[in-house]
Parts: sequence; C-alpha cells; structure tokens
Amino acid sequence: MNAGSPTLSLGPILYLWEGDKWRDFYYRIADEAPVHHVIIGETVCSKRLHFTEPHLSAVVERLELAGKHVVLSTLALVTLERESQYTRALVADSTHPIEANDLSALALLEGRPHSIGPLVNVYNAATARLLARRGASNICLPPELPASSIAEIVSGTQGVTFEVLAFGRMPLAISARCAHARAKGHIKDNCQFVCVEDPDGLPLKTLDRQSFLALNGVQTVSFTCQALLTELRDLVASGVSRFRLSPQDCDMVAVAGLYDAILHGRMEAEDGIARLRQIYPAAPLSNGFHHGQEGAAWVARARNIGHRATE
Amino acid sequence: MEVPRPLAAPLAVVPIPLVEGAVKLMFSSLLKRHPALFERLGEHKSKRYAFRPNDLPLVFLVEPALPAISVMRKPADAAADAAVEGPLFLLLALLEGRCDADALFFSRALTVIGDMEAMLALRNALDGCEIDLPRDLGGAAGPFAPLVSRTAAAIRRRALAGETVAWN
Amino acid sequence: MELICPAGTPTAFREAVDAGADAVYCGFRDETNARNFPGLNFSREELGDAISYARRKGTQTFIALNTFMRAGHESLWYEAAADAVRLGADALILADFGLMAHVAEAYPEQRLHVSVQASASNPDAVSFLVDAFGARRVVLPRTLTISDIARLARQIRCEIEVFVFGGLCVMAEGRCSLSSYATGKSPNMNGVCSPASHVRYRQDGGDLVSELGSYTINRFPRDEAAGYPTLCKGRFDIADASGYAFEDPVSLDVMDQIDALREAGVSALKIEGRQRGKAYVAEVVSTLRKALDARPEHRQALLARLRLLSEGQRTTSGAYEKRWR
Repeated sequence: MNAGSPTLSLGPILYLWEGDKWRDFYYRIADEAPVHHVIIGETVCSKRLHFTEPHLSAVVERLELAGKHVVLSTLALVTLERESQYTRALVADSTHPIEANDLSALALLEGRPHSIGPLVNVYNAATARLLARRGASNICLPPELPASSIAEIVSGTQGVTFEVLAFGRMPLAISARCAHARAKGHIKDNCQFVCVEDPDGLPLKTLDRQSFLALNGVQTVSFTCQALLTELRDLVASGVSRFRLSPQDCDMVAVAGLYDAILHGRMEAEDGIARLRQIYPAAPLSNGFHHGQEGAAWVARARNIGHRATE
Repeated sequence: MEVPRPLAAPLAVVPIPLVEGAVKLMFSSLLKRHPALFERLGEHKSKRYAFRPNDLPLVFLVEPALPAISVMRKPADAAADAAVEGPLFLLLALLEGRCDADALFFSRALTVIGDMEAMLALRNALDGCEIDLPRDLGGAAGPFAPLVSRTAAAIRRRALAGETVAWN
Repeated sequence: MELICPAGTPTAFREAVDAGADAVYCGFRDETNARNFPGLNFSREELGDAISYARRKGTQTFIALNTFMRAGHESLWYEAAADAVRLGADALILADFGLMAHVAEAYPEQRLHVSVQASASNPDAVSFLVDAFGARRVVLPRTLTISDIARLARQIRCEIEVFVFGGLCVMAEGRCSLSSYATGKSPNMNGVCSPASHVRYRQDGGDLVSELGSYTINRFPRDEAAGYPTLCKGRFDIADASGYAFEDPVSLDVMDQIDALREAGVSALKIEGRQRGKAYVAEVVSTLRKALDARPEHRQALLARLRLLSEGQRTTSGAYEKRWR
C-alpha cells in the first residue's frame, strides 16, 4: 500500500470545453495546483476529440515540466469501430500511463501497469484483486460505493493504490443516445457539438423546478457536487491514498488548494465546506453515496442528519 | 366493466356478518388451494392490505400474517398499510394474475394508496399462484357466486387488453 | 436462433416452457439478482423444481446472478453460484468480474454467460471476458445497431444474445447510478431500479404526480394514462422546455428484424420482463415462438397480435437503429 502521505489527483475534464479554454485551464493547473496526478483526455464522447487534440502535446509537456504525473484517460463507452481503433492506438502508442474506463481498455492493458477509472465497476475486493493481477496499479473506485465497501475493498487488496472521488459532479450514467443534443433539437449524429455551450453541464430540473441532474453529452451527471471533506481523515485511515478532484467550471486551483490544506491539517474540514460553497456556488454539495444514502443527500458530520440537496 | 346494479345493490343491505361469513369461506378455500401464497410476501407478510371496490359499498381487509380477511361497510374504513381501489372486476383480475399489474397499477384504473412496495409484493405473490376463481372457490362463493362467475368471464375476455405500461 | 424467456415466478416459468421457450432465465429471491423486486423470484427449492420441469420438456434454464457483489458480503453470491451449479443450471448469467473469476475457477465446466449488466459493447471487451473467464455467450448492451452487432460478431469467439422485446434501458446497462442517486438503491448494488419502496403517487388538482424519493418524475393530466416513475423515462424541464429528456415511455420491439439479426450472427433472442405477469409471459413467448418458426411472409400477422397486447403502448427499435441516437 502507499506508505507516503495522501495526494490529490485531477480527473479528466468530463465536459466539452473550447480548445483554448481547455489548454489554458491545464496551463494554470500546471503552474498553480497542488495535484500530483493529472488524468487527461476525452472520456465521454469520441466526437469531441478534435477539440483538444491540437493542444494535447503542449499541455502534457507543460504539466510534466511542472512535475505532474500525466495519465491518459480512455473513452467510457466504446461501440463504434473508430472508437475501438482510438482505444487500441492510445494503448499501443502511449508513453504515458493509461486509465481504463471500459472493458476494452482493460483487455488491451493486460500485463502493463495501468490505472482503473471510476467508470469501471469495482464493487468488491475480488474484482480489485483480479484487476491488480492483470496489471492495475491504481484504482479510482466508483462514486456509488459507500464507505463500508471502500474500507473492505482497500483492506482486501494488496499492491494497488486506491483513489476516491472527493470533488465534482458525479458521473451517473452514459448512453448511446445523446440527451444533450436532443434537448437542443439535434440527434447525436448531427449534434453540432451543442454541449460546448454548457461547460459545466446542462441542468435538468423536475417538473416542480427542483434541480436534479445535469446533461453532459451522452453522459448524465449529478446536479449536486460530491464533496468529501470531513470524510477525508477516515478515508486516509482506511488506506485510501489518492483523492480525485473532477474539474467543474470554477476555480479548480482554489479547490485543489482547499483540499490540500484540509488533507494536510492546515484547514478544518468544516471551514473548508463553507469555503467550497463560495468557490463553487453553482451546485449544492452532497456526500450521500459515501454514507450509504441516496447520492444527492448531504450528511452533515456529528449531527449525522441527512437532508436532501435542493436548490 | 362495473358491477351491474342489480348485483351490487343487495350488498348495501345484507348484514355484514353474512357477507363476511361468505368472504371468509372463500378466503380459506383459496388459501387451502394455494398454501404458499403469502410466503412470497417476505417482509411484507406482516402488513395489512385493504381492497376497496369502488362499485361495491364494502371494504375488504386482508392480513396475511394471521391469515385473516374482514369486511366493512363503507364509509367505515380499515387502517391498512396499503390499499388498492378500483372496480371489483379489476381487483379480481389482479387476484387471478390475469392482468399485468404494471398496466393495472399504473394506469389510472386502479389507485394504490400507501405502501407501494407491499402492494407490488402482493400482486407478484398472487401472480405466482395459479388462481382460477371459479375452480378454486367452487361452492364457497355463496351469495357472491354470480358476481364471481360473471367477473371471471369478463376477465378472460379482457385479460390481455390492459397491457399499457412497461415497468422498465 | 434460440428464444430466451423471462420468469419471475415458478408459474411464469412453466408458462414460458409450455409456450415454447428454448431457455428460461430467472434468479434467486435476493440481491444476487438484478430483478430483486418484492414478491418475485425463486427459492432454492422452487428453482430445483423449475429446472426439473424444464429438463423434462427439453428447455434450458439460465440463472442470473447479475448484480455486483457487495464488498464484505461476497459469500451471498458465492453460495448462490454454488447452489445454481448444484441445481443444474444450464448457464450462469454474470456481471461482476470477481464473481466470474470465482465461477470460472471453482466450476470450470459450468457454462458462463456475460450479463448485459457487464456492458461488453465491443470486440476487445468481449475477448477479455472470453479469455479471462471462458465466457461462452455475451448478452449485448442495448446500445448497438444491427450493423454494429454484425461487425462485432465477426471479431469474437463466443455466442451473441440480444434483447428483442420488452423494457428498454436508455442508459448503458450496469453503468447507471441514477436510481441510487435519487433513492439510495441501485441496479448494480441492490438489483432494483426506481424501487417501489420510494415511489409515491400524489393527486395535484386534476393531475396525478408520480414521485421517486423526493423528486417528481412525471405529471399526468386527468385523461392521460399514468406510468411508473422509472427515472430515465420521466418528464423533466430543461431550460424552458418540458419533456421526456432521455426516452419516452416506450418499450423495445425489434422482432421485425429477425432475419437481419440472424444474418448478423446472433445466436439467441432475449425477451425482457421477469417482473411482468405470467399472462404476459405466456402470450409474448408463444407469439414470438410462432413468429420465429414462421416464414417471413407470415410473420407480420403474428407480430400484430403483440401490438394488440401492447395496446396504447408505443414500441421502438431503440439503439438497433442509428437514428435513435
């Protein structure tokens, strides 16, 4: 297991951002954010690849010059021939470690060190051990897992570091169909990349105007933002050594600074919660999955009373 | 299909003990034929289920844990964990498992009040039995015999016409 | 092509066998089963009896252990696998890699099918499951077109089973936490989606409002048929418009594509609906059996019967057609 102190990682940007915005975001991360690992690359929709491709090598170089460990993310849903080809080429050609987000990447990565992303179903130690035997060295667990499962998996698996999503809207579902394009009057095959208009996701409300989910192309994410802060200490104690910050359209350098301060005892978690709400006011915070409740719930520490996140 | 008036009207005046006697007889004859019926309910066996035909002046309360059935005259009502309201024809169809409950429950022909999961468990348990009302009740239907045979025939005619809503 | 039919109760099981199923799939009455609905499914004894019945009629039985093992409680799944093997299951339908590895090692002779919940949607993914666990058949996610399936079939070394009729998941199966986000209960962990325990119907003026957990999923005006609040088939607001954001409440029907599916290399056609009643199972299975055995020119008339059965219900060919995306 990882004997060193816990570190932060930055997950892939799940949304479609314009190329320049994407590049500048990573330049700033390279220069200012206290994250050790940066997972980079399109994860949600293969149609978006051309937006970031022109900037990829410059961004990777800048991140590495700043001492970040760069990991390349694979697509979550691989269906088309061209998506299979893309995944194969990524695995074959990359000199960087790769994070697998679907079964095809798992297959292709067998026998070489790699990471497992949160979109691969790891619900128990038997699965984690199987993946470890095949070469996985780091596993980011699915956001749906409660703390009890996390502790069981970590204690039952040797030779792998474990990572947990600590900040960001939670990936909840992915489809062959693009609800985002449909909402704007298009179908996936002629989507005109309308998801670029919503760099933080397109909010979806109930008919009673209660905020509920957000659309991100073919992916559906939570409206609430997962925020594990008071939980960090227990997670570290149970052996989790990496905490993932999933980029939202907010000051992620400030988010990273805040998590770093809490993780290393420079800030109280309770103060961090108040501060985080200022940094990312767009979404209510939630931690329900972690506490074995509905994912949208916010469970305050000590009082241990859940109330549903509403806006 | 609603219960024809000439059949329903006498029930408004027949003394409850008489109705209840007949219903209890039907209930026990049904359970004799299908002893495993309530075992499928699992944790929901301890709940109380009310059936409110909206074309009869009566309410039926089923308590699987005892097991027992009792009858009340409206507007008196039973404290139940889950209740289902609708035409007697549909309630009996539900009993026979001849209509798909997805369609029944969630079309507006039946209204489920209270513990939806318990009612779903009951409907699945009923569907898991091969209840055939005319056969299973035989002579036990007593004063309900014409009602039972009429509705059973209607159920067979319409058994599959009510498929409207998929679960998932 | 085989016809694979659902059964949620022993009665529905016998109906499916009698109606001409080549195989019936079903599961135990616990969370090892992705249709872990109240009042449904099989005890060990019931399943043993069902398998004997099926054997006598030359029908196979597939047992679905297609949820993901809860960490620390793996023995529930291991015992279910042991019992399924002991009872004589013709195949186990599995989704969890850990459970697949266990079954492949402990019961190397046992036929292993990959559940749709495992989300194997491309040749490399299927090859992984064949190489690592000896999978003999894969149930494909409902995210592929028929030409995708044909291309896939040419590149893999196991049989293909596809859903052709019944409920339709809009999201990639086994990769959806929408239900647990709203209710704490998920298909992957609890074997339920949009569970009845969290469903509430509420009258609001003339409207009937369906709720799941604390969220409104749909609102039905007085004369509109109400639906069950399955989350991905709800009506929502996006910006200023209301509508079915993910999918209308429709069900899947691609039986008119039987020949194309056969040509694509599909070995088995699967009917969804372990939670549907015995009457539904009997009618759908017998009709699809006849359609499958009929000459193409007679098929349409047979299938029309099923549309009657789906009166008022719209069907879709879903992802099997590219336009759906």
